[in-house]
Amino acid sequence: MAEQKKSKLSILTNGLIKENPVLVLVIGTCPTLATSTSVETGFGMGLAATAVLICSNIVISALHKLIPDKVRIPCFITVIAAFVTIVQMLLEAYVPSLYSALGLYLPLIVVNCIILGRAEMFASKNSVVDSALDGVGMGLGFTLTLCIMGSIREILGSGTWLAGDWFGLAPGFKGIILQSRWIPGMNIMTMVPGGFFVFACVMATVHYFTRDKSKIRNSFGCDGCAMQGVCTDDDKAAEKGAAA
Amino acid sequence: MSTLSKMVIIIIGMITVNNYPLSQFLGICPFLGVSTDLNSATGMGVAVTFVMTLATIVTWPLQIFVLDKLGIGYLQTVAFILIIAALVQFIEMFMKKNMPALYKSMGIYLPLITTNCAVLGVCISNLDKEYNFFESVAQAFGGGLGFWFALCIMAGVRSKLVDQSRIPKSFHGVPIVLTTASILSLAFLGFSGMFS
Repeated sequence: MAEQKKSKLSILTNGLIKENPVLVLVIGTCPTLATSTSVETGFGMGLAATAVLICSNIVISALHKLIPDKVRIPCFITVIAAFVTIVQMLLEAYVPSLYSALGLYLPLIVVNCIILGRAEMFASKNSVVDSALDGVGMGLGFTLTLCIMGSIREILGSGTWLAGDWFGLAPGFKGIILQSRWIPGMNIMTMVPGGFFVFACVMATVHYFTRDKSKIRNSFGCDGCAMQGVCTDDDKAAEKGAAA
Repeated sequence: MSTLSKMVIIIIGMITVNNYPLSQFLGICPFLGVSTDLNSATGMGVAVTFVMTLATIVTWPLQIFVLDKLGIGYLQTVAFILIIAALVQFIEMFMKKNMPALYKSMGIYLPLITTNCAVLGVCISNLDKEYNFFESVAQAFGGGLGFWFALCIMAGVRSKLVDQSRIPKSFHGVPIVLTTASILSLAFLGFSGMFS
């Protein structure tokens, strides 16, 4: 890498806040919106994606000298798909409730831009240890965002917090019940429009607190998502919007 | 019910009730990223519809006649994503050689489709729902049309949004687009219950 060598701690914390994959880089939006209906499913999705991310980062950074540059994307996808299959089989065997709750979105971790993006931007340029730390940081950042969004949507939508049996660890646990007779849950928050709206509000909050310190990304940063070519058009549109 | 009427119902359902970006959270990245103007929205929509249908035509027989027969159904994810990536590459090469005019207008959107989760999503959900071949193709085609439809509406709204409205500073860029998507999906919620 051309830039200065970063310390191990800064690599680890980079993904948590400064380069949070969902809120700052705006990648991996599909699973974020779909699985944040409650804290439990969001947390499960976050952990599953983190596991895949760490493993694929390690393998890709170890192999990147062997992979020819021209076919690197198919190679990365194959490695990621292999780990997704492993996670899928483990969950099906040991945590069937989470497996059925995540449903279609579990195999779709393969096309999660966070994982391919980190492989392309970080793991293929850095050492194995650094890549593993980056995977942990990015994965936890993703999990954290999912938990925040899951909390908001669960509290407003179903009137509970942390409900669920937590993958069989806490059978019979009903969660912290905040709903009362007078304030029923707003179902819309657990549905599609609520997802988009909560995501917009969380991101606007982040913008509000960071706009003085750093430059806000106004565009959709699908780095390494093969989306870049088209997304740059959005850059110009957003700049025009900011200037107007 | 005959196969044909089932297919029609699936297609209409996929455009309205089960619209991919607006009701199922699939393909959000390109839905937000490419919906800046109508031309690119149309190009992307056509390309996605085409690839989705073709991918279904290939992956459905692959799963039923190859993977399941050999007892290696667990390789579904790996096999499907590689098939989709290879398919997109072939279409791109074929178009470049034989249809240069079409390639010019649609070609740049093709590489982006590999990482569009709606394409892999439709291939897997065809098999999860145990659709037969024709129903699967209908679901893929309808899903693509629905994606195109949503993309065009979004592009129309955004072209007004960027120039003509005053937006709070924190909501500039991505958040206001997400809010727009939220209101749009609220409208699409009105379709629910159209089919039992």
